[in-house]
Amino acid sequence: MAVNADFVGRTYPPSGPYPVSPQALAAFASAVGSTDPVHTSQEAAREAGYRDVIAPPTFAVTLAQECDRQFIEDPEAGVDFTRVVHGEQRFVHHRPITAGDEVLGTLTVDAVRQAGGHAMVTTRIELATTGGEALCTSTSTIVIRGGE
Amino acid sequence: MAVRAFAQTAVGDVVGPRTVPVGRATLVQYAAASGDQNPIHQDESFARSVGLPDVIAHGMWTMGAVGSVVEEWAGDGGRVVEFGTRFTKPVVVPQSGSQVEVTGVVKTLDGGSRRATLELTATSGGDKVLGRCLAVVQLD
Repeated sequence: MAVNADFVGRTYPPSGPYPVSPQALAAFASAVGSTDPVHTSQEAAREAGYRDVIAPPTFAVTLAQECDRQFIEDPEAGVDFTRVVHGEQRFVHHRPITAGDEVLGTLTVDAVRQAGGHAMVTTRIELATTGGEALCTSTSTIVIRGGE
Repeated sequence: MAVRAFAQTAVGDVVGPRTVPVGRATLVQYAAASGDQNPIHQDESFARSVGLPDVIAHGMWTMGAVGSVVEEWAGDGGRVVEFGTRFTKPVVVPQSGSQVEVTGVVKTLDGGSRRATLELTATSGGDKVLGRCLAVVQLD
């Protein structure tokens, strides 16, 4: 089943809010081998000028993948999740995601392309606080492998 | 950690190299921390059943591990303002474990914004596992 190209340009209603806990930031930092104390020590984070502990550079994916479900699990989108491979990922941080943030994510389908029997879908998620402060733009391209 | 100073950074400066070990336990830990519980990253028989050579690391674990090398170079993880990559080859993680070699170089410096663009390379088992991996760091 082909990915539905009519979805290009579609923006879903915001999902969330997702609360950001210091425990989640510390667990993620540990899992990617980070030793930077700004993720685990409130004192170190404040010395560096942050309100509280902050997220590692790729933590936003945990929030973005929650938002992505809206599209990937939308039966009309035609995405066969069992054939999905992550092709590309990019983050632009507007300010570090910080413990205590309540995050909303707004997903837009930027592109749907067919190439070599595969489909490639680029989604963009704008993460912001419930107060409207921009946090991160997460852009992801997934490849849905074709063939049988 | 001290934030890296723009005045002490030059195009061509080398980042790393770092050797990052990755075992099955690393992937179980990453799955729990990230919420990505796809069994191809944990279950050898499942991975083989879908045509993979063995368990493979989450692409986002690999990117995250490279991010940890970048933030160590930057001196503050909050200074990594942009970060992007393509996933070109999987990191295969047999029961005995594997490793990823990470290195990088300063490609460009912008005097106005005091930002450095780094190009990162990650290899595992001789394969380049990331492509076009670029990070922008806000220097002091």
